Amino acid sequence: MQNSGIRVLFEGSNFERLLGGLLVTIEIAFISIIIGVVLGTIMGLLRTLNSRPLKAILRLYLEAFRIIPILVWLYVVHFGFSPLLGIDIDGEVTAILVFSLWGAAEIGDIVRGGLESLPRHQLESGKALGLGTRQLYRYILIPQAVRRMLPGAINLATRMVKTTSLVVLIGVIEVVKIGQQIIELGVIKAPTASFWVYGFIFILYFLVCYPLSRLSKRAERRWQN
Amino acid sequence: MTHPEEILLEIEGLEKSFGDRKVLEGINLQVGKGEVIVILGPSGCGKSTFLRCLNGLEPVQAGRIHYRSQDLAKPDVDFREVRQHIGMVFQNYELFPHMTVIENILLGPLKVQKRSRDEAQRQAEQLLERVGLLDRKDAYPRQLSGGQKQRIAIVRALCMNPEIMLFDEVTASLDPEMVREVLEVILGLAKQGMTMLIVTHEMGFARSVGDRIVFMDQGKICEISSPEQFFTSPSTERAQHFLDIFQYDKL
Ligand SMILES: Nc1ncnc2c1ncn2[C@@H]1O[C@H](COP(=O)(O)OP(=O)(O)OP(=O)(O)O)[C@@H](O)[C@H]1O
Ligand SMILES: [Mg+2]
Repeated sequence: MQNSGIRVLFEGSNFERLLGGLLVTIEIAFISIIIGVVLGTIMGLLRTLNSRPLKAILRLYLEAFRIIPILVWLYVVHFGFSPLLGIDIDGEVTAILVFSLWGAAEIGDIVRGGLESLPRHQLESGKALGLGTRQLYRYILIPQAVRRMLPGAINLATRMVKTTSLVVLIGVIEVVKIGQQIIELGVIKAPTASFWVYGFIFILYFLVCYPLSRLSKRAERRWQN
Repeated sequence: MTHPEEILLEIEGLEKSFGDRKVLEGINLQVGKGEVIVILGPSGCGKSTFLRCLNGLEPVQAGRIHYRSQDLAKPDVDFREVRQHIGMVFQNYELFPHMTVIENILLGPLKVQKRSRDEAQRQAEQLLERVGLLDRKDAYPRQLSGGQKQRIAIVRALCMNPEIMLFDEVTASLDPEMVREVLEVILGLAKQGMTMLIVTHEMGFARSVGDRIVFMDQGKICEISSPEQFFTSPSTERAQHFLDIFQYDKL
């Protein structure tokens, strides 16, 4: 029985399909992270400026993503805005949109934290050496800020990869959805198919996220001061 | 060295306020070439602020600071240039944690002074040798003790070939057993004839390193005298009081 269950994985193009699904997952997470980093850096910089209304708005924006579940965001954009605006927003586009905005909120917070925690003495020590403003940024502020932010950013990437499993619910065919399809077809012949398929997906997620989590741990240890 | 031939730095009527609060109220001081001036005074009297004004870390409200035919109290001074000649090490003066010791030291010579790497590196290694830390040149600051860090910080400032060095309580945050190794480096500089202004709470050190003692209180200089005279019979009551408290603290 067990044998036939594991065979489902390799029947037809099932194996490739699952990997293809994983690619969709990674693609959504990857594109969103890139957009999130760009937007988030801008937001983080804005949040270090001394503008109260700006600070309040961006803070609210962050809280909106922290408080409201990502699933609700996906539904609101996909099932809410699409008909409202009279355009059909594709599931994957919706996913990238929501994940990018979420990424921007979180990265913004990481950037703000990285910049604000820079000790004043570092800057003064640089100034006392005769460094100019641009040199201070280039050699002291930015390298240190990046080191401080990297663990948080990698951590966010891991969370995003995991959270992409929700996009099934707005009709995106990614790795979990393909797994379900394979199980539906194979379960009659092999009742243990679901164990093997989900087990395989389990391992796939692990293979993607574990290196990321190791990387962030290493960065943290290496650069902690 | 009470009457030095060449005046390097001349401060006249220096005033500094933070908001409404006057912190320096008319400081006058002449510093001769090769002279070591030790500034003493109770906490909050303006010692740090005074040193910070000298290399432009604090803007001043009035007075003059003559240095190299410039007035450093004017707003349009190019302090990037000045800071290459007036080096400063302070209590919270920090090494850059993301750079190795040698990278820390070479940053200024290479990026600010645009010197050649070979030549700067040679000088850096000589200086490191002198403070006994050449073997740590590839270490990161987190791998060093407080005393080692402070010695590296001094080397970093010296590698710019400054004409004057300002030291503000460089041993204040160190464990007692590390204070000595740092003070010895500064004593060595004094022997070589480096012009220095030193703020310290180490009275024994003040006495042995200083050519003159400047005693400040409440933003003013109360007394300038030789170390011998200051520590045996200070001419002002406030200085006497300050020394009494110090002796009491030591018990
Ligand atoms: N950035 C600042 N803003 C406002 N007030 C300041 C600032 N820096 C210093 N002061 C005030 O100026 C006065 C002089 O400070 P300063 O640090 O020069 O004293 P100090 O003699 O170095 O004292 P200590 O021996 O404790 O280091 C203090 O009353 C201090 O509170
Ligand atoms: Mg001070």
